[in-house]
This record gives sequence, structure tokens and C-alpha cells, in this order.
Amino acid sequence: MKPAAPKADKKRVFMTGNEALAEGAVRAGCRFYFGYPITPQNEIPAYMAKHLPECGGVFIQAESELAAINMVLGASATGARAMTSSSSPGISLKQEGISYLAGCQLPAVIANIQRGGPGLGSIDPSQGDYFQATKGGGHGDYRTIVLAPMSVQEMHDFAIEAFRLADKYRVPTVILADGRLGQMMEPIYLHRGPPPPAPPKRWALTGAKGRKPNSIRSLLVQEGELEKHNYKLQECYRAIARQEARHEEMHADNCDLLVAAWGTCARIAKGAMLAARARGLKVGLYRPITLWPFPARRLAGIARKAKAILVAEMNCGQMLEDVRMASGGAAKIFFSGYPGGRVPAESDILRAICAIAKKIKK
Amino acid sequence: MKRNRHIIYSRPAALARKQMHYCAGCGHSLVHKLLAEVVDELRIRDRTIGVAPVGCAVFAYYYLKCDISEAPHGRTPAVATGIKRALPDRIVFSYQGDGDLAAIGMAETIHTANRGENITVIFINNTVYGMTGGQMAPTTLVGQQTPTCPTGRNPATAGCPIRVCEILNTLDRPFHIERTALDGVPGILKTKKALLTAFRSQMAGKGYSFVEILSPCPTYFHLSPEDSMQFVRNELSKYFPVRVFRKEGVSIND
Repeated sequence: MKPAAPKADKKRVFMTGNEALAEGAVRAGCRFYFGYPITPQNEIPAYMAKHLPECGGVFIQAESELAAINMVLGASATGARAMTSSSSPGISLKQEGISYLAGCQLPAVIANIQRGGPGLGSIDPSQGDYFQATKGGGHGDYRTIVLAPMSVQEMHDFAIEAFRLADKYRVPTVILADGRLGQMMEPIYLHRGPPPPAPPKRWALTGAKGRKPNSIRSLLVQEGELEKHNYKLQECYRAIARQEARHEEMHADNCDLLVAAWGTCARIAKGAMLAARARGLKVGLYRPITLWPFPARRLAGIARKAKAILVAEMNCGQMLEDVRMASGGAAKIFFSGYPGGRVPAESDILRAICAIAKKIKK
Repeated sequence: MKRNRHIIYSRPAALARKQMHYCAGCGHSLVHKLLAEVVDELRIRDRTIGVAPVGCAVFAYYYLKCDISEAPHGRTPAVATGIKRALPDRIVFSYQGDGDLAAIGMAETIHTANRGENITVIFINNTVYGMTGGQMAPTTLVGQQTPTCPTGRNPATAGCPIRVCEILNTLDRPFHIERTALDGVPGILKTKKALLTAFRSQMAGKGYSFVEILSPCPTYFHLSPEDSMQFVRNELSKYFPVRVFRKEGVSIND
């Protein structure tokens, strides 16, 4: 399923990815932003600090990432659309709060403009947080929806989509971008029209007027209570997996070599794939848009027909594991990794494609 | 003949009819009742939202009949900030113990006060981590024995007890800061008065109010309920002066 095409302005505007994401959130009806400075996402809090008060919203520069994610929790508990953003080390700090959001079934949007890691790493673009974002991240049995944009336009569109999905399923939703996407500028169409709809939030804390008190909690200590709650969460995650897995593909139906990549790397891989096809190589592209749920079924189908899959990521092989699992050994799998804040050039991936093409010809 | 009956005392409407899980003589059940009475008297139950801590009072939503959110350990005032900013006309309080407020959540405590968030923070200082087994808290007295300072708190390695009211009183933005003690009937009545002042200032939009309540924990004081109250009066109050520190936004000297 493809994301619903948003209504857009006719005139294009020139923006950075971070600003486009922030403006998307504002147009999605987000009126509460809480954040803490960290490079390379600083344009997001700066944009929110300027523009949220203009539309009656609230911006707080929190004392820490911990405080920021929990201010999001508080605002979300009242039924409001709220978000935070950070970059890799800061997202690690937010994981406790994200786990609580998941346990409390609270919707929220968290943007991770990734930088190199582990530790303080670097401020260069990276895709090192795939595992953290897609396998839970914090403690406990939970999932977050993970959207991976690859253009400034998608930074904008996915921000809106993230709020829709978060509200629909009552789950924290992550936008997993990187410093390259956050910092670069492109002309984009801004979303026009009303914010995406949200189901009624009868669970929200608004004061117990004319109803029984509501409570938001994840502590369930009576016998069997937590087990029941966990099964309920899993049911929700299964529904998301059934309905929301999204990907984009090019020439995937008829290729010997499929390149699988996401985010910035997918964009570069697309150029490499087209250049390889211009040289007569039968190459296709598979780009997951939702990293969780991982669009595995279609990939499995392609893997049965293709001879090989090349996974290209700006890390040491993280989505690689999901591709392996989805293909189930049907195709030979190769990997090109660019860790430590290196953004590959088109020629890097093209070189890898050509080398594999030679191998599988033999 | 109709008998003329006046109710002179009853369970507050904001307090649920449930048996509390608190130990005999614990200050939490007292403060819950005072809080419920204050909410009733101010007629704010249907627009009050509380934030419960991680600690003994984690189950506050079982006992108080208003909307309540949990918060990760120490993040209680951050959650309260999010709620209050989203719904500025609601009455928002956080209810925290000494571990939650003065150890893991000290950053949130100070910065929420410094922003002058228009919320009420209720701080139960019983000098121990009651829920996890009475371990040393930031407010444990020098020499006081706990499982994690078995020979008594030693300032050379564990520092001295933190006086939170005094720290917050260095900030410009708080509107009301007060410390009371559950050390007998007068102390309990004073505590209720302090809570009333705090909630009233929030209702008037004046800003941050903070009530620290020195509270007995008989189980981990290893004393009877009565002796625990004496311990609050004779030992705790000596180190943590019981008084108003900030009134109407103005710092009060000793």
C-alpha cells in the first residue's frame, strides 16, 4: 500500500529536510513540540520555536531528552498531537519514554535525524539506528512504526502520515531519517487541507467531568493483567503489519540482481541501479518505506526470481538481517556497508553492482 | 419526629472506597486523604489531573478519583508539564517521593520550578525508598541505617541529605514553597493548609507551587507508627526546617 497522496500547494517552496519535517508536523495538527539541541536536527526545534507559538502551539526546550520525551507523554495523554526530535545519542536517551508510550498505548511522533555512532560517534549522516528503531529500542515487548523518507518532500509528507498512523493505532511512530536528509534543501509541495483525522480519544486525561476517572499507565501487576495487555499490543502490531507495510520498487519484477536499500542510501542506490541498467545489466531496486513493519512478503516473491540481492546501507549490516530473513535463502545475498558517517557515492554502489553482476554471470 | 442530622466528618468524595496498600502508619495514606479533602473543598475534582510517581504512591490512581497518569521514575514533573501546557485550565499536580523527586528526577524538579510551570508538586520526604526495601535516599539523615548504608549514612562517601525547598528557593520563578511535617495533629492540619494554598495559587494562575511533607515510614524507620511521628518531629524537622520558604512569590527569611 502506498501512502495517501496529500493535497499539496501549487507553488513549490525551497526548504531543508528538517524544516520540511517540522512544517509537516505543524500541518498535521501537532501543536506541542518538546526537544533538546543536538546536531544534525537543530533546525527542527528552531522551526518549532518560531512557528508553533504563531498557531497557538507550545514549544519547550527541555532540560534533557528524558524530560522532552516525557513532556510528549504528558501532552499526548491529554489527547493532543505532540512530537519530539533528536539524533542518535539523544534518541537512545528517549528510549525509556518511548517504551512507556508504547506500554501506555499513547500516540506520538519521534523524528530521529541519525548521525554516526556508537557513543558520541560523529555528526555525519548514518543509518546506524535501524536495529534500535525497528526491533523495539527500549525495554519490553513492543514495536514502533518506522517511516524512512529519502527526500525533503518525503520528510514533509511522512511527518503528516506519522501523526495519522500514530493516532490510528495508538503507537509511537518514528521517522528515521539522517543528517543528509535533514540538512539538504529541495523544492517541495507543502501539504494543504485539514490535518489527518484521528479517532475519538475517550482514553485521554481531560478531567473526569461527567465520566469515570481515566488513568494512563503501563504498570499492570495483578495476575495475568500484563500478559493480557501484551497480547493486546501484539494484536495491534499484527494489524499494523498486515495493513501498513509499504515499499517502492523499480524493475524488481524482471531483474537478476535486486538492490535493497532504504532512506538516503536508497536514493543513491536508485541512481546506481539506473546507471547499471544503462550498461545493460538487469538490476532492480527494492526500497522499504516502512522499516517496521518490514515489507517482507513482496521481497520474498522477488527473491525467488532474482539471482542475487545486494543490500546497501550506511551501517555494518542491519536491514541486511531482515532481507536475509525475508528471502529465506532463495537468492544469494551481498552487502555493501558504509559505516561511521560515510555517505556512499553513486559510483561506490555501481562498482558493487558490477562486481556482483560478474560473479552471478559465472 | 424527624431527627436533625449534621455530617461533621466523612470520607472525602475524591477518595475511592478502597483499602489502601500502604503500611500501617504510612504518611502516604494521610496525604492522599488530605489531598482528596482539598480537591473536594476547592470543587476541582472534575478538572484535576494528577501524575503519580514510581515509588510507593505509584498506585495513586486506585485511590484518588480524578484523572491520573503514571510517569517514568523521576520524570513526573515533565509529564505534568506536558499535561498542563496542553490543558492550561486544568489543575495539575505531581505527587513524588524523595527518590523520584530528589535523586533520579532532580533535573526535572529544578527545571520545572525554574520555568515556573503553573502546577503543584507534592513531595513526600520520608528519607527512604519505601517501595524497593527502604534503601538510602538523597534525604536520608546522616547516620541513618538503610540496606544500602548498613552502618549509617556516611557523609564522606554518600554526602549529606539534600534540602530541596532550600534549593528551589534560590530560583526566581516559584510562587509558593513550603515544608510541613506529619508529626501529629497540628502538623497534619498545617499540611492540609499548605496544600490548599498551593492549589489555590495554581487556580489563580500564579505559577509553581511546591509542598514538601516530612512523612513517617514506620516500616523502614523500624519504629512504631507513633514513634515514627516522633522521629519526624524530633529528627527530620531538625535537619529539614518546617516553614514557608516562598510566599506570594517572595522569599521568606528564617
